[in-house]
Amino acid sequence: MHDFKDKVVVITGAARGIGFAIAKSFVECGATVAVIDLSAEAVNAAVANLKQIGKAIGYVGNVTDSSGMEELFAQVVKEHGGIDTLINNAGITRDNLMIRMKEEDWQLVLDINLKGSFICTQKAFKHMMKARKGSIINIASVIGIMGNAGQANYAASKGGLIAFTKSCAKEFASRNVRVNAVAPGFIETEMTATLSDDVRAEYGKAIPLGKMGSPEDVARVCMFLASEDSAYLTGQTLAVDGGLTMH
Amino acid sequence: MDIEAKVKQIVMDKLGVEEAQIVPEANFIEDLRADSLDTVELVMAFEDEFGLTIPDEDQDKLRTVGQAIDYLKGKLG
Repeated sequence: MHDFKDKVVVITGAARGIGFAIAKSFVECGATVAVIDLSAEAVNAAVANLKQIGKAIGYVGNVTDSSGMEELFAQVVKEHGGIDTLINNAGITRDNLMIRMKEEDWQLVLDINLKGSFICTQKAFKHMMKARKGSIINIASVIGIMGNAGQANYAASKGGLIAFTKSCAKEFASRNVRVNAVAPGFIETEMTATLSDDVRAEYGKAIPLGKMGSPEDVARVCMFLASEDSAYLTGQTLAVDGGLTMH
Repeated sequence: MDIEAKVKQIVMDKLGVEEAQIVPEANFIEDLRADSLDTVELVMAFEDEFGLTIPDEDQDKLRTVGQAIDYLKGKLG
């Protein structure tokens, strides 16, 4: 088991879904986790739950709000002495066929999934650069690798996030700050709970390991990327997808 | 500590160079071997130390130790 004692891990979109599972895994391994999410109610519920296991602090904020995030990251550093790991997990979907996709649905998905990661990475790196260490993990998606009908906006945001990961990895390497992406495949969450049984069966056939993944499968890879076990990895995208995409 | 001494201290800390190398005409990139991120860090450190904001368009004016000292003296004086 990893030991993240005295490590500060900031996770966006951590109140629910994969983000919450990641937060829980880090808290279980001794980290102090800063939970960022949009709704105060969701943040409070998540933090109350995490505090039963270990150290968690809630912050309400919108990842697309640059000045709000600037303050929030400065506050985390002031209160906890630094940021060891940032996990850009906040993301949404607004699916529709391209022909019907509204411009605002395109923009909203790009803003939260891609611009939000840019903003949080910039704020966190300012502190990591001075500390000369850090790990940034971007939660992308296999959709950003393989594309998906009905998800042009989401695919563009996640594909962009993978390219963003590589550029940041090159730019931050001299400061010993590593940047990697995790691309979950089909994971059992609220986001995929709405899929019909037929669709699930189809996906099951396409996945070599024959089943959907769990949020904990993703969390474990994040812990690897945050730990010194991955000290020589940067700019990579690890697909956690049961073998769905191989490249 | 005066502006000049503070600037020298920041340059020593950030770039890991000897005090003797920090002469007014020393260019951060060419003489003191700073990379582009170092120059951003230097500007951020000046901002923190002297409590001011150095706009992006002014950052190009701070290429040497002397230019940085003169710029800061101008802003603070």
